[in-house]
Amino acid sequence: MSAQELGNEIYTLRVNGQSHPVKDAWIGESLLYVLRERLGLPGAKGACEQGECGSCTVVMDSQAVCSCLVMAAAAVDTEILTVEGLGENGSLTDIQQAFLVAGGVQCGFCTPGFIVAVHHLLDSNPEPSDDQIRESLSGNICRCTGYGRILEAVKIVISQRGTR
Amino acid sequence: MVEVNLHGRQPQTVINLRRVEELHEWSYRPTQQSITIGSAVPYSVMETGKIAELVPALAQAARTVGSPQIRAAGTLGGNLGTCSPAGDSLPVLSALNAVIHLIGPQGTRDLPWGEFMLGVKKNALNSGEFVHSITVPVIQGWQGYAKVGTRNAMVIATASACLVRDTDEGLISIALGSVGPTIIRCSQAERWLRKTTSLRAGAQINADIAVEFGRRVSDEATPIDDHRSTAAYRRHCVAILAQRLLVRSLA
Repeated sequence: MSAQELGNEIYTLRVNGQSHPVKDAWIGESLLYVLRERLGLPGAKGACEQGECGSCTVVMDSQAVCSCLVMAAAAVDTEILTVEGLGENGSLTDIQQAFLVAGGVQCGFCTPGFIVAVHHLLDSNPEPSDDQIRESLSGNICRCTGYGRILEAVKIVISQRGTR
Repeated sequence: MVEVNLHGRQPQTVINLRRVEELHEWSYRPTQQSITIGSAVPYSVMETGKIAELVPALAQAARTVGSPQIRAAGTLGGNLGTCSPAGDSLPVLSALNAVIHLIGPQGTRDLPWGEFMLGVKKNALNSGEFVHSITVPVIQGWQGYAKVGTRNAMVIATASACLVRDTDEGLISIALGSVGPTIIRCSQAERWLRKTTSLRAGAQINADIAVEFGRRVSDEATPIDDHRSTAAYRRHCVAILAQRLLVRSLA
């Protein structure tokens, strides 16, 4: 038996369209911790662990939330989408590609949270105004880029999708 | 969850209320002119739409809570359970005389706001009891919420205030956040204003009265110096907030 098969299943989470049994977990663990340490999905990053920085952003039942503030056991029966679930077969999404083109990535630590937040924004509002972009990304902190290139990346995607 | 992540809290039992549908619902009763909001309705739902139309001060307070991620997850139930004097929605519940509906092993009970919050992070919930929903009246008149913090967004209140002007009853109520161990309802300033001037529809208030109202409101605050601000600055803030809200309520 592999390590994955050992242990008692406590509950099951639906992540990126798949059911993941969570085994031998302490009931108080955050969704961020369970994703990273138990399910092998380290895309969501842990930084402030108090909902200030947005680097752990995931989509849960169509809402962008901080996974550090969700108790994993309370996320049973929800559909969770992480940055790993965005691109097909390991390829980059148009949003990820635009971040590269615009220079919206420097150290990269905040990037997965931004990518998920931008996916969520453009899924619910395909043509946001500048103010709407800024507001919807106000929960994601970047200490490198000064945000200008991140906003530029979002605008590239909006323009590309609009002409397709 | 922050208590677990940063302060070493280790719950051994967790009850998941996410699937209890009635906690996620809200309803408007036009005949009673009241709205009842489930404890698990997130702030993102209160920011716009019908709730914002009926209880604008609550929408304004909801909009100042954290980031979009926080407003998608944060609830009145969370603010009431934590019962921090800086809880953004709490001055609104106080100024509107909200009723808190509790449910627990002994059954249900309704508490007026004034009996719910007992101190800093202390409330009247018994062991095993939780907040089911909150009822607030739909007021004819004006209501608003204002908050001072160290920047414009993603910030905890240094001081906050909610003012409600009921033009039917000719009443004004004002409640303050972050300037005392509980939310402070300024009943003496309210009484002074009621004696001094008419508050019914169309009433005018001169600038001196607004300044004096602010001064009297700040007299009822009991702020402290702490790592976020000073008592003196907080006292100044609530005087200005009260004065501004009163002027806005008449504009």
